[in-house]
Amino acid sequence: MIVGERKPLDEILEMVKDAKKILIVGCKGCVTVCNAGGTKEVGILAATLRLARLKEDNPIEIDEMTLERQCDPEYIEILEERAANYDIILSMACSIGPQYISEKFPEAIVYPALNTCFMGGAQEHGVWAEFCQACGDCKIHLFGGYCPIARCSKSLLNGPCGGSADGKCEVDKEIDCVWHLIVNKLMKQGKLDQLTQVKPLKNWTTSRDGGPRKIVREDLKI
Amino acid sequence: MRLQYSPNVKIIMVPCTGRVDILHLLKAFEDGADGVYVAGCMEGDCHYLTGNLKARRRVEYVQKVLESMGVEPERVAMYNMSAADGPRFVQVAEEFKSKIQELGPSPFIKPKDQAA
Amino acid sequence: MKSGSNLEKLLNAGEFVITGECGPPRSADASVVREKAKYLKGYVDSVNVTDNQTSVVRMSSLAGSLILQEEGVEANMQMVCRDRNRIAIQSDVLGATALGIRNMLCLSGDHQKFGDHPEAKNVFDLDSIQLIQTVKMMRDEGKLISGQEMAEGTEPRLFIGAAVNPFADPFEYRVYRLAKKIAAGVDFVQTQCIYNMDKFKEYMKQAHDMGLTEKVHVLAGITPMKSLGMARYMQKSVPGMDVPDEIINRLKGVEKGGQSKEGINILLDQIQILKEIPGVAGVHLMAIEWEERVPEIVEAAGLLPRPTV
Repeated sequence: MIVGERKPLDEILEMVKDAKKILIVGCKGCVTVCNAGGTKEVGILAATLRLARLKEDNPIEIDEMTLERQCDPEYIEILEERAANYDIILSMACSIGPQYISEKFPEAIVYPALNTCFMGGAQEHGVWAEFCQACGDCKIHLFGGYCPIARCSKSLLNGPCGGSADGKCEVDKEIDCVWHLIVNKLMKQGKLDQLTQVKPLKNWTTSRDGGPRKIVREDLKI
Repeated sequence: MRLQYSPNVKIIMVPCTGRVDILHLLKAFEDGADGVYVAGCMEGDCHYLTGNLKARRRVEYVQKVLESMGVEPERVAMYNMSAADGPRFVQVAEEFKSKIQELGPSPFIKPKDQAA
Repeated sequence: MKSGSNLEKLLNAGEFVITGECGPPRSADASVVREKAKYLKGYVDSVNVTDNQTSVVRMSSLAGSLILQEEGVEANMQMVCRDRNRIAIQSDVLGATALGIRNMLCLSGDHQKFGDHPEAKNVFDLDSIQLIQTVKMMRDEGKLISGQEMAEGTEPRLFIGAAVNPFADPFEYRVYRLAKKIAAGVDFVQTQCIYNMDKFKEYMKQAHDMGLTEKVHVLAGITPMKSLGMARYMQKSVPGMDVPDEIINRLKGVEKGGQSKEGINILLDQIQILKEIPGVAGVHLMAIEWEERVPEIVEAAGLLPRPTV
């Protein structure tokens, strides 16, 4: 899933400082699962903003709603009748949501309430980690099922570098050295030969380096 | 035991403090409370194992929210006590009430609202 | 002859070589490099010029290398993958060779987190092993990554080096990674600073048994301890560094004023041990910001005069 994190309160307060009436829009997709922008987080942000503005003696009116998804035009349409009623629309989806909303309603002023952080998964309750960088050419099977592009700090295809210690990355002791995991797994599986081959240069054209990407499926078009 | 405690304390009962959400704590302030505390079972004694521990983390979260608004974080607190310990309940009620009285009225509700 | 560099000639002749290291300044002051050259000229066979080491911005390794060579010191230009994509890397390889660089050390590069610009975007288009492979292809096949060919005689004639850390985790894998660098086409490797001689011997035995020392020249990295404090810091805080208690105890055994002298004594003992280890072709002396002590170290180690081929 796409993992996001709510922006600091100060930053959001600054965004809405001149607004009297706003709409906070959550998303029932990834950001609900990672507890960043679902119905509950919309409620918490709304209550927090109301309190902060009450304290400044400058109350703000806030409506709340959560869309099925914000990355599909059809789910955005529901805002059609309401978009014009607000000084600001604050989206709690990943950055795709506010982009969709502001494109669909050119008159609306739309702000992102989240920072979209990475593609990853939950490791335990309240902990998420990055697993994928969407390079567009998956090769994890060559690395014991781990992705060195996303999970090695230097994206080494022929790691590990000399800086890891006790299975941790030199960049941060909180980061597992993915090459430590790869080497240990492949050695255990008796597949050392997979490691001793020099992995060729990566073709980055399928990644962001080839420009913004698009997938067209003719069979699905209506 | 018929112990008296301050009428300033309004009790909202929940089956377990694990049910208390961040939103409930914020709503209490929105509804005009000057302070909110959660009275949970002793740590380790939760009937649902970790309800009171989760409540404590949520209280801590709201303390940070208050702090980020420039409001005293002590306006929200977590206390642990045994359900059989009436005197401790009263003691906490009085203690928290005095603390909030020291801090003064809610910074969210302005005098003119109260007068209105 | 792959490059015709002094380093290559001496290694091929079986001489016990000694290489030095020089960090360019954090300014445009060429005199800093010229000053360091004085302590290195005639005392070491080639000098590594670091490429924004620890991700701190310094004068470029190419410029530093050229200044050294103007002073009559052969450079071993370091090249990291952190700051350049494959386009810039190949371009720099061609440019450096055109300007007279004959040795190149291929490195991944320290992560920028540790440097003076932690907000920077890194590149890592290639890794160190792919960099070795690329330089070798350019040199031996006269081809760029794109397949573009160079006319015969216009290829970058470079002696290709790499760094190895015999002590980093996982230890059992380290020698295989050396094998991988050899497979990629490295000519010589310099190791991370060695203090644990027993563990290094074990590593070299493994490498020797696998026939790797036949295929690559291994230069053992050494750094003199300036003080007990430095030794303790290296033991505790530098990742991938193995400093045995024996070193700490030797430094503890002398009064504070004598610690730097004892540090050099330890280093001299290490050099004697390293000379006897099969497969060790020389030492890489990293006297970081202590270049002025290089002449006395090399002399005391009995490595003067430096041979010429």
